[in-house]
Amino acid sequence: MEAVKQQAAPTARAIDIGSMQRGSKLNMANEDICLQVKDFNLFYGKKQALHNINMSIAKNRVTAFIGPSGCGKSTLLRCFNRMNDLIDSVNINGEMLLDGNNLNGPSVNVADLRRQVGMVFQKPNPFPKSIYENVAYGLRLQGVNDRATLDNVVEKSLKAAALWDEVKDRLNESAMGMSGGQQQRLVIARAIAIEPEVLLLDEPASALDPLSTLKIEELIYELKDKYTIVIVTHNMQQAARVSDYTAFMYMGELIEFGATEELFTKPTKKQTEDYITGRYG
Amino acid sequence: MSEKSFSSWVNSGAPWVWLNAGAVSISLVMVVGLLGLIAVRGLSHFWPADVMEVSYTKPGMQSEMIIGETIDVEVVPAARLKRAGVDLPEGQESAERILMKVGNRDQFGMDFRWFNSPWLGEASFPEEIISIERREWGRFYGRLVSVKQQGDVVASGDNAYDELQQRIRRSNDLIVEIKQLEYTEIGKINHGIDAIRLERRKLELDGELLGSVKYVELNQSEKQFDRAYKKLQKQLADLYAQLNRDQMIVKMSDGRDVEMPLAKVVLIHRPNKMGIFEKIGFYGHAVWAFVSGDPREANTEGGVFPAIFGTVMMVMIMAVLVTPFGVVAAVYLKEYATQGPIIRLIRIAVNNLAGVPSIVYGVFGLGFFVYFLGGNIDELFFQASLPAPTFGTPGLMWASITLAILTVPVVIVATEEGLSRIPRAIREGSLALGATKAETLWRTVLPMAAPAMMTGLILAVARAAGEVAPLMMVGVVKLAPALAVDNIAPYLHLDRQFMHLGFHIYDVGFQSPNVEAARPLVYATALLLVMIIIVLNIAAIGIRNRLRENFKASES
Repeated sequence: MEAVKQQAAPTARAIDIGSMQRGSKLNMANEDICLQVKDFNLFYGKKQALHNINMSIAKNRVTAFIGPSGCGKSTLLRCFNRMNDLIDSVNINGEMLLDGNNLNGPSVNVADLRRQVGMVFQKPNPFPKSIYENVAYGLRLQGVNDRATLDNVVEKSLKAAALWDEVKDRLNESAMGMSGGQQQRLVIARAIAIEPEVLLLDEPASALDPLSTLKIEELIYELKDKYTIVIVTHNMQQAARVSDYTAFMYMGELIEFGATEELFTKPTKKQTEDYITGRYG
Repeated sequence: MSEKSFSSWVNSGAPWVWLNAGAVSISLVMVVGLLGLIAVRGLSHFWPADVMEVSYTKPGMQSEMIIGETIDVEVVPAARLKRAGVDLPEGQESAERILMKVGNRDQFGMDFRWFNSPWLGEASFPEEIISIERREWGRFYGRLVSVKQQGDVVASGDNAYDELQQRIRRSNDLIVEIKQLEYTEIGKINHGIDAIRLERRKLELDGELLGSVKYVELNQSEKQFDRAYKKLQKQLADLYAQLNRDQMIVKMSDGRDVEMPLAKVVLIHRPNKMGIFEKIGFYGHAVWAFVSGDPREANTEGGVFPAIFGTVMMVMIMAVLVTPFGVVAAVYLKEYATQGPIIRLIRIAVNNLAGVPSIVYGVFGLGFFVYFLGGNIDELFFQASLPAPTFGTPGLMWASITLAILTVPVVIVATEEGLSRIPRAIREGSLALGATKAETLWRTVLPMAAPAMMTGLILAVARAAGEVAPLMMVGVVKLAPALAVDNIAPYLHLDRQFMHLGFHIYDVGFQSPNVEAARPLVYATALLLVMIIIVLNIAAIGIRNRLRENFKASES
C-alpha cells in the first residue's frame, strides 16, 4: 500500500515499477487458471473485431489489457460476462472457459454468469437510488430482503471499496450526489456485494481526477486477494502499477501476453515495444 | 450610411430576438386575453347588480314603467333607428340602445328587452325593489306587498321583508328534506324493487315454477318495499303540505300584484340596498351555488356540479385506463420488439392515430364498445334486464375507454421518448449485476422513465378533458338523472350516463331557448372547464416534478 502511494507520486513516473518491486517473479505456469480463451473470434456483422485470441487469466491476479483505441480490448473484456449479447449483430466462435466450463454454452444462465463475473464500467453508473440501495441492488435481485443481512453486506462492501468512512452517515442519500470518484468506488462496492469470482474493470479511472484514480488503484491492489481482476486501461503507467500480467492488443489481435514486469521491460515484439515507448497509439 | 447600419442591425442577430420575443408575446397576449374575456364575462354574471327603475315612452303610446338590470349597451346608427321608427334630432348620427333584463318571464312573455335610450326617462334605484331567484321561469323583479300564510296576511309593509326571509329559509330547509327523502330513501326502494323484478325475470328464464319458494320470498320482500314506500309517500305528502303553506304578494313594474308561493323561491335579495361588503358576500354565495348546485330550467339556471363531477370522473377513469395500457405498449415497442420496418410502421401508425379527428373515435366507440361489446356483455351477464340495456348503451365507462383510445398515442410516444433517454450505462450496470432484462426494466428503467410517463399523462388529460364531440356519442347527456357515484351498491355506476362541462357549454349556449339568459353561463362554464383542466394538469405536473427530483442527477 505504501509502495503504491509512492509510485503514484509525480516523481516516480518510470515504467519499471509496480510488480517488479513486489519481488517474486511471476510465471503463468505456476498459476491457477480462472479464465481461458481458446481460438476466439468475434464479428460485428461482417467485420471481424477479434482475431483468434488465445490466453489464460490467472486466479487472484490482476491482468491488464492495453492497446490503442479500437484494438478490441474492451470487446474482449465484455465477452467474459457476455455483455456483447446485448448487441444483435455480434457473432462469436471459439471457446471461452470460466473454471473449465464454457461460458457461452447452451446451459449457461447469463444472469448467473454475470453474478460470477462482475463488471465496472468506464463512466460511473450508479442507479438513481440511495447509496444503500445501490449496494443492496444485486442482493435484492437474488431475493435477499432481510434487513440485517443487507446492512451487513452493505457495510462490508463499502468498507472493501474504501468508501465506508465517507458515506456511513448518509447511506440513505441519493448516490447521484456523490463525486465521480466516490461514485466509481460505489459501483465497485455494488459489484463486490454479490461476491463475484472475477471483476472486470473497463477503464475504471479514465473519467476520474488523479486523486480518485489513485484511490481506485489502491483499491484494485487490495481486492486482488479475493477476486480475479481483469482491467482494461489506456494508461500504461496504470497497467504497470496495478497489474501482474499484461496483454497487449492491436487491431483485434493479441500481440503479446506475459508478466507485466517482463512485458514492460523486455517486450519480445516490435509492436509492443513501439507502443509502450510511445511511438504510436 | 443608414443602409449599412440596417444591414449591420440584421447581422447582429437582433431581428431574430425581436421576432422570437414578438411571437412569444403575441401568444401570451392571446392566451391572457382569452382567459381574461372568459373570466370577466363569466364571473360578472354572479354580481348582484343594481336594479334600475325607469319610465319608457314610445312616441304616441302610453308610458310604461320598467324594472330591470342593464345587461348591455350598444350604439346604433341613426339610419337603422329610423327604420325602427325612432327619429333622432337633426345632426345626431347615432344613439344608444340598452338591453335590460326585466325578468318576470311568466308574466311578460320575455325577460330580456331592448330599449332605445332617447325614449327612456330618468332612472332611479329604489331600495325596496326585490330581486327573486325562482325555481322556474327565471328572475322576478318587483316590490314586496305582503306575506301570507295559507291565504291570510301575516306581514306587510316594513317588516314584511324580514318575515319573508325567515319563511324562505324554512321552505328551503323543507325542500332539502324532501330531496333527501326522494333521492335517497325512495331511490333505495326503487332500486330494491328493480332488483326484485330482475330476480323474478331471472327465475323465469331459469324455468323456475311459479309459486315456488323463491317466488314467495320475492313477493314477500316486494310487499315489504311497498309498505315502506307507502309510509314514505305519506311522509312526503305531509312535507309538501307544509311547504305550500306560505305565499307572498309582489307588485310588478306595471302595477299588477302577483301571488307567488314561497316554495317556488330560491333566494330573495334587495340589490339596491346592499353595501359593497354585502354584495361581495352575496357574490361568493352565488358562485358557490353555481359550482355546487344542480342545474335547473334546461340548464340555463342553477349550478353545474353534476357536469364538474362527470368531467373529473371521466378524466380520472380515462387516466387509470390509459396509463398502464400506453406504458405497456411503449415498453414492448422500445424494449422487446425487434426494431425493423414493421415496428417503424407501427410507430408511424400510432403517431397518426393522434391525428384522427375525435368524432371518428366517437363513432368507433359507439359501434364497437357500446353496441358490440356492451351488447354482448348484456347478453352474457344482464340477461334478466333485457331488452332494457345495461352496458349496451352509452355510459361513463364507454366514454372513458373511448377517450383512453383517443389519448393512448400520446402516452406511448412520451413513454418511448422517456425510455430512450435512459442511459445505456444504467441498463448495463443492472444487467452486469445479474439482473434479467425484466428485472432491469422493473427496478431501474421504468422508475426512471416515470416522469416521462407523467408527461404523457398530462398531455392525455389535457386533451381528454377538453374533448366533446366523441362524448356526445358514447355517454354524455344534457341532464343526467343521477351521479355515477352514490350510496347504492356497487357505489360506482360505470354504466350510467353523465354530464360534461364541454357538452354543457354547447348545450347551454346553442341548444337553449333563452339565449340571453344562457350567455353568461356559457362563459362561466367555460372558465370552470379551463380551471379544472389547469388544476388536473398542475396536480400531474406536481407529481412529475417530485418523481423527477429523485432522478435529477442521472440526466447528465
